[in-house]
Amino acid sequence: MSSIREIFKTMEYGTAPESAATAKDWIADHKGEFALFIDGKFVTPKDAKMLKVTAPATGETLAHVVDGTADDVAKAFKAAAKAQKAWEKTSDHERAKVLYAIARGIQKHDRLLAVVEALDNGKTIRETRDIDVPLVARHFYHHAGWAQIMSRELPNYQPVGVVGQIIPWNFPLLMLAWKVAPALAMGNAVVIKPAPATPLTALLFAEIAAEAGLPAGLVNIITGGDEAGKAIVAHGGFDKLAFTGSTDVGRIIRQATAGSGVKLSLELGGKSPFVVFEDADLDAAVEGVVDAIWFNQGEVCCAGSRLLVQESVAETFYAKLKSRMGKLRVGHSLDKNIDMGAVVDQRQKETIESWIQTGVAEGAELYQAPCELPSQGHFVPPTLLTNVLPASSVFQEEIFGPVLVSMTFRFPAEAVALANNTRYGLAASIWSENINLALDIATKIKAGSVWVNSTNLFDAAAGFGGYRESGYGREGGREGLFEYVKRKGSKTVNRGVDPADLEQWGARSYGRPGTGNGAVAGLVDRTAKLYIGGKQARPDGHYMYPVTNPKGELVGRAGDGNRKDIRNAVEAAHKAKGWADRTPHNRAQILFYIAENLAARADEFAGQIQKMTGRSQKSAMEEVEASVSRLFTYGAYADKHGGSVQETTLYGLVVALNEPVGVIGIACPDEFPLLGFVSLLAPAICKGNTVVAVPSSAYPLSATDFYQILDTSDLPGGVINIVTGGRDHLTKTLAEHDDVDAMWYFGDAAGSLQVEAMSAGNMKRTWVSYGQSINWLDEDLAAGEEFLRQASQVKNVWVPMGE
Amino acid sequence: MSNNIERNAGTPLDLEWVSNSRINKSATHRRTSSLGGRRSIKKTHQAAWLLKAITMIDLTTLEGNDTAGRVQRLCAKAKQPIRSDLKQALGMEDVNLTTGAVCVYPNRVREAVEALHGTDIPVAIVSTGFPSGQGPVEPRVQGIEKLVEQGAKEIDIVIGREHVFTGNWQEIYDNVKAYREACGDTAHVKSIIETGELATLTNVYKASIVCMMAGSDFIKTSTGKTAVNATLPFSLIMCRAIRDYHERTGFKIGFKPAGGIRTGKDALAWLTLIKEELGDEWLNADLFRFGASSLLGDIERQLSHHLTGRYASSKYMPMG
Repeated sequence: MSSIREIFKTMEYGTAPESAATAKDWIADHKGEFALFIDGKFVTPKDAKMLKVTAPATGETLAHVVDGTADDVAKAFKAAAKAQKAWEKTSDHERAKVLYAIARGIQKHDRLLAVVEALDNGKTIRETRDIDVPLVARHFYHHAGWAQIMSRELPNYQPVGVVGQIIPWNFPLLMLAWKVAPALAMGNAVVIKPAPATPLTALLFAEIAAEAGLPAGLVNIITGGDEAGKAIVAHGGFDKLAFTGSTDVGRIIRQATAGSGVKLSLELGGKSPFVVFEDADLDAAVEGVVDAIWFNQGEVCCAGSRLLVQESVAETFYAKLKSRMGKLRVGHSLDKNIDMGAVVDQRQKETIESWIQTGVAEGAELYQAPCELPSQGHFVPPTLLTNVLPASSVFQEEIFGPVLVSMTFRFPAEAVALANNTRYGLAASIWSENINLALDIATKIKAGSVWVNSTNLFDAAAGFGGYRESGYGREGGREGLFEYVKRKGSKTVNRGVDPADLEQWGARSYGRPGTGNGAVAGLVDRTAKLYIGGKQARPDGHYMYPVTNPKGELVGRAGDGNRKDIRNAVEAAHKAKGWADRTPHNRAQILFYIAENLAARADEFAGQIQKMTGRSQKSAMEEVEASVSRLFTYGAYADKHGGSVQETTLYGLVVALNEPVGVIGIACPDEFPLLGFVSLLAPAICKGNTVVAVPSSAYPLSATDFYQILDTSDLPGGVINIVTGGRDHLTKTLAEHDDVDAMWYFGDAAGSLQVEAMSAGNMKRTWVSYGQSINWLDEDLAAGEEFLRQASQVKNVWVPMGE
Repeated sequence: MSNNIERNAGTPLDLEWVSNSRINKSATHRRTSSLGGRRSIKKTHQAAWLLKAITMIDLTTLEGNDTAGRVQRLCAKAKQPIRSDLKQALGMEDVNLTTGAVCVYPNRVREAVEALHGTDIPVAIVSTGFPSGQGPVEPRVQGIEKLVEQGAKEIDIVIGREHVFTGNWQEIYDNVKAYREACGDTAHVKSIIETGELATLTNVYKASIVCMMAGSDFIKTSTGKTAVNATLPFSLIMCRAIRDYHERTGFKIGFKPAGGIRTGKDALAWLTLIKEELGDEWLNADLFRFGASSLLGDIERQLSHHLTGRYASSKYMPMG
């Protein structure tokens, strides 16, 4: 230890350790061995295997926890199901009081939580104390509020039921709060599995929640490894599954739960851009980088890990950044004099180091902070790789460590192109003192959270979640509530799918002459074509198929599309994406105009419906009139669903924008050939999406008649593309297509399963009917909020204020 | 003031640099508000840092009722800033521990110079229409020359804030340059930009770089006479201006936050800021000063607490 005189000369920092004494006492209260928390009690299963929990900063053993099994998982779900029945009947105010008490409990024990979290994860006490734990309390406060006003604000919704939740090791307590708080507020019960490396704060939370009066069985904690996680997914006794973790595991979960009707939200990986323009406050941006990639050792799904710097200031910026790195300190998580702690374990350390080597091997220049690293524990210094090119794997792949990769750009559009050149879309950070530029770029980058002149800001009032392979669903804000509710009266879906149906699904047979009953009597021959890019197109395969009425009489022929037609339609839909930039007023005008033109030809459309379906003229006319009204509905919504201002803790504007999802594939239902088609297409284009629609195979002609309406209604070519043929066969190509952003499927249970499973390829969003039919005439059920939600994704743009 | 560093020769006025200033307020505040959580100076380190802080204090009295007697008392405290028994117990008995300077009004220069005769402690005098800068311009240069003649080693000048708002950077540049020339080789110029009256961080940055281009040896936040004085965000921006100037010219400019820094804890926050943003080279009286009157008293109490473990009372500490 240096003397005062020596330090007087050197002015070193020294160490400032936060005491671990109370945390160790708490562990000792449990004799160093933690049981599972099921039905309000700590339960140690017979013959339980134990997992060692260590401190990444030193490698010391902190405690042991139970390695949960499928049996334990089953007990937990049983307890949750029982508790949930009572909980959903408690009044909003009662639930609010419990959540409020939990928030207060978090605050009462905030230092203990912060110390345990820092010890267990290796992250700094500064972060757990100043960021994680306050956000946890904030989340429970905010959701205590949502519980209080649930009936008033979400009158058409009820709790989804029992929820399975699997959380990662990077923000153990915060991820628990993000999942548990909205679930409880909305009247659900949960079974949650913390990561095997970092289970301790979840167990401490269980005690705090119990102390706060949370009824037994509402939060059940299953510690354990991969087996416990698999057991949760396999158990299936839940109505909703929420997962935060890697995209690879998310994909497996999507496939495993396909067709089950379980609500799924996935918060997955990221490779978020950090864009620095030449007119930025460069020193501020350098600090932004510190908070973006050296926050939590870079083990952050939304870490700003791809630095894009305008070429004109790149050298200056790198020099400033390197100089800043010279001041960073890395050390024990409880030292109050450090910027960065230990990575979570040795394996993660090796993974990170191997990525650094890969980057260098691929031509990057390496610079690492010259800080001292402790001799024990798992430490990686803050690392900068410059001259990284998009072709390099470190530009594309998530490293999940303190490694920043960097390259330059020339002008704003190139910055956007590079920023969006990724499979992910979780977050982005934009630095410029020109608000026009910053907001323009914020709009153009595909990401769920965009921070202007800031980074890694979070708040319970603003939803967090990704675009693209970063997952779907939002956590926080009003948008996050819908993950934990369902429409009142919605039925539990049929979860059984006959394997034979699966086998059959999507098979195709080509149309041949003679499969119908000859020419359609008395009319000039009409050839329904496909409609791609605003033009009628012959099917690529040159096959047509007969359309017959229920009596088997030929009523027309439709194009029998194939995968190339889908490919062409998707390309046309991409070319038409300027549709999203049209003003909402313009989109409204066009929707109204489509309605006007359909109304003018109401008799003809009713006639076609009558002919195809054999329904009465009255019924057919009712469908046409409802279709006109439906178009009006979305004409109305076109300029009334833009988003909202979020009331966060930031001094500034946080704006939730309801952005289009992109290109949506829509497989239309057999019932109501016109209204089903219109009810799905109208909300999609209302929100600025472009669409590849596959009409009902049985009754495609209302859709093909419809393109004439589109041609006369000023709708730009490519916004709606129509490919007729074997609906399920075509759906398969769409569901598997990497450049389709969402797939809606209104068909049978087998198809719903297939669509959900196939969507996992690019993690596209899905919306399927699980084989349940909808009364499309019912305006309450077949139009409105849910349709708009499916047609949009929420981007939260954070704009701090002040000069 | 010793002359361990190469003195700022100034540069021509670069208006393009001024107009390209980009300062983001919210990011600036985030940096300063998280700094305290990133660095914590405790125990032995805290005692050493507080002792160091003493050496960087411009022990100040700037009151209308200052008299010769008041100035003598202050100078005595500057020479012997902490009780000798404390100093000994801290193991600093053979270290020449004094404040960085004594800072008084022009009419008190003679008394201060006399009281500090035989020490290395420079006398700093506020001048040029302090505090508002709204007085007549003509007598300022002669005023400085007279103060230097009388033994002042540092002249704390004020800039005309009006020129910041009219964009008349040339006027500020010319004035400061003239003050610097009036100081000659014997006295240093500390330019007060009066952060609290400049309204924005961008103005603070611009005024800072113009003062440095004009040849200031130090830039100083405030007179201490306005409602808002030295804050960490203002200081951060001025430090960054100093860093930018150093990168461009190679000259190291000193920084003096003044007004509102009253506790040892405050002092540690500023020293941390300097260490982080400018580096260890700036952590000495040649390049950093606190303008403060009550800070020393609190530091002395904290040092006593460090030694005894008991919270201290000011009645045990000799007044300045």
